[in-house]
Amino acid sequence: MRAAPLEVMTTFFPGKRGTAPRAAQRGVEESSLAKWTLIGIALVFCVGFLLLPLLNVFAQALAKGGAHYWRSLTEPDSRAAIRLTLMVAAICVPLNVLFGLAAAWAIAKFEFRGKPFLVTLIDLPFSVSPVVAGLMLVVLLGQQGFFGEWLAAHEIKIIFAVPGLVLATVFITFPFVARELIPVMQAAGTEQEEAALTLGASGWQTFWHVTLPSVKWGLIYGVILCNARAMGEFGAVSVVSGHIAGLTETMPLRVQALYEGATTATTAAAFAVASLLALLALLTLGVKSALEWRQARAERIAASGAGQR
Amino acid sequence: MSIELQGVTKKFGDTVAVNNVSFSVREGELMALLGPSGGGKTTVLRLVAGLEMPTAGDVFIRGRRVNDLSVQQRNIGFVFQNYALFKNMNVFRNIAFGLKIKKWKRARMQARIEELLKLFGLEGLERRYPHQLSGGQRQRVAIARALAPQPSVLLLDEPFGAVDARIRQELREWLVTLHHDLNVTTVFVTHDQEEALEVANRIVIFSGGVLEQVGTPREVYDQPANEFVARFIGAMNVLEAKVREGVARIGELEFPASGEAEGQQVRVGFRPYAVQVSADLTRYRYHAVLQHTFFLGVLLRLELELPSGLTLRARMTKEDYAQQGLEDGRRVSFQIRQYRLLAGEAAALGPEAELQPETPPVLGDYI
Repeated sequence: MRAAPLEVMTTFFPGKRGTAPRAAQRGVEESSLAKWTLIGIALVFCVGFLLLPLLNVFAQALAKGGAHYWRSLTEPDSRAAIRLTLMVAAICVPLNVLFGLAAAWAIAKFEFRGKPFLVTLIDLPFSVSPVVAGLMLVVLLGQQGFFGEWLAAHEIKIIFAVPGLVLATVFITFPFVARELIPVMQAAGTEQEEAALTLGASGWQTFWHVTLPSVKWGLIYGVILCNARAMGEFGAVSVVSGHIAGLTETMPLRVQALYEGATTATTAAAFAVASLLALLALLTLGVKSALEWRQARAERIAASGAGQR
Repeated sequence: MSIELQGVTKKFGDTVAVNNVSFSVREGELMALLGPSGGGKTTVLRLVAGLEMPTAGDVFIRGRRVNDLSVQQRNIGFVFQNYALFKNMNVFRNIAFGLKIKKWKRARMQARIEELLKLFGLEGLERRYPHQLSGGQRQRVAIARALAPQPSVLLLDEPFGAVDARIRQELREWLVTLHHDLNVTTVFVTHDQEEALEVANRIVIFSGGVLEQVGTPREVYDQPANEFVARFIGAMNVLEAKVREGVARIGELEFPASGEAEGQQVRVGFRPYAVQVSADLTRYRYHAVLQHTFFLGVLLRLELELPSGLTLRARMTKEDYAQQGLEDGRRVSFQIRQYRLLAGEAAALGPEAELQPETPPVLGDYI
């Protein structure tokens, strides 16, 4: 599946072969010039806009020395922020896996009226500014909000509390899993599921043994993107959080609060927390690459094993 | 009876996909469901499998009414048009799937799979994934997977549709041999009349969701129930003619049509093989110019243009053609051995009429 773009590349750039006619060879050289130019631009961009700032974050974080770095991360408010971020992600990701699977299943496997509308609705969190998303929750669930009185009467606190953070994050990260799954499920069609049914499998067995493995990679990418965003979300969370240090401050909010402290010590602490956030993101990417590598190796072994026999 | 349908109707919204269809498949038979696309044949197959539920009517498998049985309970083997192999499983696990679901013991399962791999010539491919197999191998895996749990019937949807023409012939013969060896009641869907005629014991012909005819390949070819079948099975020349004095006439051609009213418009149908062509102009009654010869293999298709402008198709073996020294552009004589007066699409057809050989005309005389 992932080999397809490579094949396209090889047809565009067939490489230098001694037997190729001269005209074709000149074509090859021209396109290889284009190739290296494009690669160069991409590389410069990546280094300039991604790698350098990232390295700078780590440099700033360690500017006051390792001890200060460690203290910044282990002081109570930072620890609480780390704990809260991980907890919010741990709640949001499974929820959105469930929602995403359900939505993608409905869209890919069934025909019904209003399907394009549902697809648009799934994209809504992408198109709405996160701040607006947060405000919508405040308007709906805040003290002066639509359900405010009822919630107050039942002593349920959502806005300026953890449930609000979770709701805002779920809203923002909703499209990631569904968006990754819909095309994969649509491509897979329903035949494999029907085949499993004719072989006697129940609905649950079919889902577990056939549907889920066939969308595994889409699901993993979706989860990784969803997780990264859930940990990094700032706008929507900022509106509903209330910025109560130690209670409703997630890591991105903590970074901002420390940075606004505007002393060299707090700035270094802000970069320390930011560097941890970046590390978590790098870890996610690492997990993704490792999984990809393992999958590719398993396929290679299966292929060569079959070839030898 | 292995499979029986009684008055089965299936509607999708307002469209009637299958309309009041009844037929039965005998134990051990190899049956073809044949028809143009959109004829409802795949829907019939899916109704038997339980992948669709009938709007009206009953489906029986081995004497048991299965309307209320789910697809899992019907014990059928189904082979999908594009095989629907599990992409994330290798050949072994694909075939093992149904057995694992049915909780076969490990040793028995292993033995069954090895037996199937051997029978299907798939030994050594157990660890390959579907994308590492050729089209023909994929099809064999799909059939092995469907047969593994020993179903009472095997259903195949367009089994030869997804492979290229070169191996299609090979697979047809292989399916016949396999059916002969296993003797499992088998029903397959096809839109290719040649395929149905060659492979099946009996053929069910559908068009527009309606059953047109059930019969052996010979029956549907020689005694088509109606004009649709006559035209769908095998090629046919169809001419519009007018009855005068008990004879249907079109251009210079005459077909005895006693019993038809004077002035009546009729359609006359005859198969290309019923047209006998000779290079000897004194041999047969009618004359024509051989416009074009299509080489189809052993048999050739000839296009004849009559002086009146009519064109007819004829069939001839390669040897006969060579022996007579025929070539495009040559004048030939011909006669039509058998023909049939065609009624409306739905009306039943009478038997084929034989024409007595008539004395050839004087050379150069066209009528």
